[in-house]
Order: sequence, then C-alpha cells, then structure tokens
Amino acid sequence: MHARANVTSVLSFSRSALLAAGVALAVLSGCDRGSTPSTGTTGSTGAAGDIVIGHYGSLTGAEATFGLSTDNGIRLAVEEINAAGGVNMGGKSHKIVLKSEDTEGKPEKAGTVVTKLITADKVAAVIGEVASSVTLAGAPVAQQFGVPMITPSSTNPQCTAVGDMIFRVCFIDPFQGYACAKFAASDLKVKQAAILFDQASAYSVGLKDEFEKNFTKLGGQIVAVEAYTKGESNFNPLLTKIRETGAELLFIPGYYTDVANIALQARKLGMTMPLLGGDGWDSSDLAKNGGAAIEGSFYSNHYASDQPTPEIQSFVRKYKEKFGGETPDGLAALGYDAARVLFDAMQRAGTTDGAKLRDAIASTKDFKGVTGTISINEKRDAVKPAVIVEMKGGKPVFRARVEP
Amino acid sequence: MDTLLQTLKDGLTIGSLYALIALGYTMVYGILKFINFAHSDIVVLGAWLSLVIATAIVKALGLESGQTAPWWVGPFVLACAMLACGIIGFTIERLAYRPLRNAPKLNVLITAIGVSLFLQNTGQLQFMFGTRPQPIPTLLSDKVLFAIGNMQVRLLDLVVIGTALVLMIALEWLVFHTKLGRAMRAVSFDVRTAGLMGINVDRVISITFVIGSSLAAAGGFLWAVSFTSIKQPADTSWVLLGLKAFVAAVVGGIGNVRGAMFGGLAIGLLEVFGQQYINPALKDVYVFAALILVLLVKPGGILGKATVEKV
Repeated sequence: MHARANVTSVLSFSRSALLAAGVALAVLSGCDRGSTPSTGTTGSTGAAGDIVIGHYGSLTGAEATFGLSTDNGIRLAVEEINAAGGVNMGGKSHKIVLKSEDTEGKPEKAGTVVTKLITADKVAAVIGEVASSVTLAGAPVAQQFGVPMITPSSTNPQCTAVGDMIFRVCFIDPFQGYACAKFAASDLKVKQAAILFDQASAYSVGLKDEFEKNFTKLGGQIVAVEAYTKGESNFNPLLTKIRETGAELLFIPGYYTDVANIALQARKLGMTMPLLGGDGWDSSDLAKNGGAAIEGSFYSNHYASDQPTPEIQSFVRKYKEKFGGETPDGLAALGYDAARVLFDAMQRAGTTDGAKLRDAIASTKDFKGVTGTISINEKRDAVKPAVIVEMKGGKPVFRARVEP
Repeated sequence: MDTLLQTLKDGLTIGSLYALIALGYTMVYGILKFINFAHSDIVVLGAWLSLVIATAIVKALGLESGQTAPWWVGPFVLACAMLACGIIGFTIERLAYRPLRNAPKLNVLITAIGVSLFLQNTGQLQFMFGTRPQPIPTLLSDKVLFAIGNMQVRLLDLVVIGTALVLMIALEWLVFHTKLGRAMRAVSFDVRTAGLMGINVDRVISITFVIGSSLAAAGGFLWAVSFTSIKQPADTSWVLLGLKAFVAAVVGGIGNVRGAMFGGLAIGLLEVFGQQYINPALKDVYVFAALILVLLVKPGGILGKATVEKV
C-alpha cells in the first residue's frame, strides 16, 4: 500500500514537473518573441532606428510556394538595401527588418496575422498576400489601422478597392482574362473552350468571368463552365462532363496544386487538349506534381525568367546565388518589386508615417521593376504587360507577350 | 451510356475507399462506444507513409520520375503502411485511450480530438512530412484494360476496388468465422460479461485498434495511388474525407461492420452521381443531406438495429 502511494506521488510529481516545464517553455518563448530588437514599443522605428516591415503569405499549405517565393523575393530586396546602408530618410539611414507571418493560404488567418504584424510588431507597411481571397481578408485590417499595404500579386480588382491604403504592383484580372482569351483566340486559334474554376476563390471566379467575356467577344464559344472547390481530390465527374462537349481548350483559372491534379486526371480520361490558366499556376511544384500531364500547357504570368532583358537576368542571377540555384518564379519577382517600390516610397516620403507613405506609394511613376515598368494609377493598381509561358521540359518558357 | 458507366466506376472507387475508412470508425464504436476522431489522421499517416516508403524504394532502384515501379513495390508499400499504422493504432490505444477506460465518455472523446491534433501537427513538421502537397511515384502501370465507348477501365481502377473488396471480405471472415471475431462480437455486446466469460477484453480492444488502423492505412494508400497528389497532413480536405467516412458508418448503422461497407459504397455512389447528374457544386450537400434523412427516418442506420438508450 505504502509503495503504491509512493508510485502515485512520483507520478503526480513528474506530471506537475512536466507541466511546470511546459509553462516555463511557453513563457520563455513568449519572452523571446517580445525581446527581439525589432519590436519597438514607440512606433514603427525601433530603438536602433530600424524600420520593421511585415509580410503575410502562405508559407505552408497547398499554395506554399506562393508565400515562400514571395518571401524570398522580399528578403533579397531587404538584403540589398541593407547592404547599401538601408533606407535613407531625411539624411539618416535606417536598416530594414522583415517580419514574416504564415497564413496557410487561408483567408480566415489573414486578419489575425495582419493585426499581429501591425499591433505587436509595429510594422511601417505590410506586403502580402498572393491569393486574392486572402488579401481581401487582410486588407481591411491594414486599412483600419492606417498602415500602407502592397499586395505583390493579387490580381482581383476588388483587392485595392478596399481602401486608399491598399496598393498592388501587378496587373489585374480584367487584363489577365483578356490576355488569356486573346492568346487562345488569335495564337492557338481555338473556337470552343471549356472552363473549370474554383468557386471558393475570388481570384478564380473573377478570372473566369473575364476570360468568358473576352473570349466570347473575340468570336469564341464557351461550351462548358464547371466549378470545383479548392482541395477537391476527385475531378473525374467534372472532367467527364467537359469531355462530352468536345472543347478544344480547357481554361483553369486556379492554383497550381489543384491544376496539377486536374491535368493528371484529365489526361487519364483521354483528354488531350491544351490547358490554359493564369498566374496562379506559377510554381515549381506545378511540374513536380503534374509531370508529363502539364507539358504543352500555357499560362499568363508577370514575367518569364528566360526573357533576355538585363533587369530580369541580373535578378535571376542574384536570386539563384542566394537561394541555392532555384530559378525565381513570377511571385518571387513581384515580391522583390513590391519591396523595392516600398523602399523607394519611404525614401521619397522621408518618414514612415502612414498617410505620407501612402501618398508616396501612390505617386510611384515609371519605377523600373523586374516585372516591367511600374506606375501606380488612380485605382492604386499597376498597369503592365503580361507574358504567356508554355510548359516545356518541366519549365515555363516565354511564348508571347500581351500589351495592355 | 459511357457517362453512366464512368460515373458508376468512379462512385465504386470512392465508395470502397469510404467503406475501408468507415470500418475503423464502426469497429471502435461497436466495442468501446466512442468515436475515434483520430481515425482520419491514421488515414493521412497511411497515405504519407506510403509516399515516403515508395519514394525511398523508387530512389533506391534508381528509377526516373514518371517511370513505373516494378509490380512488387505496390503490395510491399501497402503492407509496410498497414503494419506501421497498425502499430501506431495499438500505441495510441495503449497510451491515450486505455488509461481512460473507466472515465466518462466525454473525456475519451476529447482525448481523441487531442490525439488527432497531435498527429496532424506532428505530421506537418519539416522532418516528418512537411507542409506541402507531394506526388506519390507511379506504382502501377496505367494500362487501359478495356474500354466501353469513352469509358476506359484501367488497371489502377480494378486494383483499387479489388484491394478494398479483398480487405473487406477478409474482415467479414475474421469477424464472423473466427474465434477472435466471436470474442470481438461478444465484447461489443457487453464488455463486462465478456470479461467474466474469460475473454481477454484488453487484448480484443487492442486487436480492434490494430485492424481498424491498418484498414485506414490501406484506405490512405489506395487514396494516394488513385489521386497521386497527397495533401499536407493538416489540410482540411482530410478532415472532410474522415467526416464522410464517418457519415458512411452512421448511415450504414454505426457499430455494424456490414453497415459500414454498405454505407461507404452508398455514400460514394450518391456523391459522384449527384455531382454528375444534378449539380457538381453541391457534392458535400448530398452526403450530409443523406445523413440527416437517415437520422430522421431510421436513426440506427440503414442496417443498424434500433436500440433504446439505457438511462
């Protein structure tokens, strides 16, 4: 009896010790987070005079390469400006510190992480997200706190309509939809196209509408429009329906993970038509997951890494050096451009005050970016040409350029 | 006609996967009267272990991506995944559920949710499976066996449905024609009396978890080879898969092994036919509408017996 009591007491002791250790760990990690030098308590410039900027993106999940590429692009830009002494504001140089938060690609996470970046990390400006649905959930928070936000690559028109604090450095879907439709009608000479889109994504729905409108205007016919929801595994029923219509082209304005699955299942059903999509396809994982099924398909993008212009080639070289030989995708290039547009505006504004920084970003004109010349228009969007790339040997290769 | 056959084939494939997973829910419920919420995470584990093992073998054999592995790789991977998940199922029962054998049901339920979250988040660690979807290597040649019009029957389709059927028949035989099966049925009837009759209850429960978990692993493996791309462990689509398998178990009559098989096939066919012939956007609606309907009309499930709750 006595021994048994001892055992239980040892057990309960070890349990409480574990609990105590756990609590201590939690407290420690909390402290650690609180004590990083970048978290100034007196505004966006910390004690050391550093400027903190935030990035929220899908660092994990089905769109993980979107967030990771963008983050790499921003990191490269931050490293460059810090190597050059930092952002020069009113004769004083300030180093940039980047804080990145993961959204897992979920709109419901965006509000939380943007609030954290603004209230806890005291960021001067926010960069993010890639997916329009997530940007639409994060933007109202930045707007509410009066912190300027630049989305590098959300193409849905609604994103910058959230408020005057929200900008973007990419083109918008009405143009992207036009670019895809134009390419399908005049380059591929397709008459009948089918659409398979993600009904839960603002990006996908918007791009579908624009493609449909423009393709019909150009004399084509949309023979089927089918909807799926992100994360779907079995596309066979939808594809079987599309197969029956005899479409010559399948337009899939979705994100790369779903696109790779659709391509694999379509080929298994004996559908050999080319697939066409938007910049949501842009990921090294598209070819990794899609393999041969995705070969010979096309998508519109913000740049192609094999274009021979000096800006692009120097960016590709620097990026490869820093990130182990990985070729930057369009999202990395846009992350890089977004960060550089922001630094440029900070230098012109001479302050990180929200309203003044906003005005400086809004007056960005003829900024030489990797993804083209960036001028912010009155709707806070950038007007730029699109490129169409073709999947060849597992890599996107430049095929055509469509002017706005 | 082609479309009808194609839909039927798709429905049977999905349905047999639901059935395999539903069996695990129903067996545990039948014996312990609690819903093992961690079951769908065993499916995920099975799918990812299959991926990891298959990738390792393909690498060891020096195959290029896109090349089909030799015939024995598939069965070998399946066996490994089933064995590993069986052991993990045993461990989970031993460590998480057995200490709570006499605790209120709610405690066990909460523990199950805890185990589920633990498995999901451990799986997301970089040194485990990571946070990105990954494709499984090609384990079976994609040969078209025969075609009826536009409907092609591929080797893969037959293997998936066939494996699921074989496993279900084996389970049916185990439960209804062996001494162990009789013990399992006795325990599910009345745990205390079964114990008094000399049945080693703990052992029977352990075996139930091992069998349920290895069937889940088989479901995960077949899911992986059917849809190639495997979602990251904490992806919400896995939760939905588990939920639908659970619905299948309830529709068939929870606690009833044949009910789970029937329910799985019924739910699979319902979903795919609804998607094809009514509206594809509402595929989840058909499943959950069926659940509500069954609960209203025949709360015990289609093959279940009506029971009076003892108060």
